[in-house]
Amino acid sequence: MLSIGLGHYLTLSAIIFTIGIVGIFLNRKNIIVILMSIELILLAVNINLVSFSIFINDLSGQVFTLFILTVAAAEAAIGLAIIVVYYRNSGTIRVEEIDRLKG
Amino acid sequence: MIAHAIVFYIFSLIAIVSAIMVTVSKNTVNSVFFLILDFISISCLFIMIGAEFLGMIMLIVYVGAVAVLFLFVVMMLNVAQQKNEWFNSSGRSSHIPVGLLVSIIIFFELIIVIGGWKYKPELLDSIAIEINTELTNTQSLGGVIYTDYIHLFQLSGMILLVAMIGAIVLTFRQRSGVKRQSYFKQISRDRKDGIELVDVENNKGVKIDA
Repeated sequence: MLSIGLGHYLTLSAIIFTIGIVGIFLNRKNIIVILMSIELILLAVNINLVSFSIFINDLSGQVFTLFILTVAAAEAAIGLAIIVVYYRNSGTIRVEEIDRLKG
Repeated sequence: MIAHAIVFYIFSLIAIVSAIMVTVSKNTVNSVFFLILDFISISCLFIMIGAEFLGMIMLIVYVGAVAVLFLFVVMMLNVAQQKNEWFNSSGRSSHIPVGLLVSIIIFFELIIVIGGWKYKPELLDSIAIEINTELTNTQSLGGVIYTDYIHLFQLSGMILLVAMIGAIVLTFRQRSGVKRQSYFKQISRDRKDGIELVDVENNKGVKIDA
């Protein structure tokens, strides 16, 4: 319990990952919160990569975390731009009312 | 050792609670604030575990750029008043029990994997880049990124460029009724488009047609 090992970090990352997935599944009102949940999931993946990289003494995990960070930033920018455009065109970003694709 | 454990538990508790608050809180602005808190506590964990560079980059990129971008959009779109009330959604959809079930199953799968895995025996031979303890974390990352991973690094720069152009193109709109400078027209103007030489007769003046 007192010596923190790899398992602790993996458990933390599993919990945050699950919270992100719950946020995506249960949210029906606000699409920005869904984007934030995606950020949480990416954060959990980053925790996994960094903790493995430290505990098995291999640097490449941290390098890939850096690339995930880049992709996450790009994804947030594009996603928010799409949301802004959608809000301008249809006046709402409530998840229940976004049904233009009839899915 | 005990201090390490205490710090780990404090920061991970803050991270988990704020992650829950991101999805649950009713006001979207509060969600963004809790997202920032989450990022900060996770980056503290990164710094504590020995990945200082990533912790700092996380602060700069996530807290400084991404979260501020979220805050910007939330405040610009005026959805702060639009409550985030997923727990009392309108009837007909039964997404809450199904979603909860699927997430619980995913969580237990992850826990099973965490509880039961082992390193493969030939792991030590397959380590790609061993961490050199004499260099700082930033130095060793820099030595790797600019040599072994240079193509991926350039590619990620390309991704950022494409994202930037994409965001600008998506949100750009031409407003009607606004006078703008047209550089092309301005530069391609000729002398005879602008100036007309006329002979002025005495006592008659010049008729200027508009």
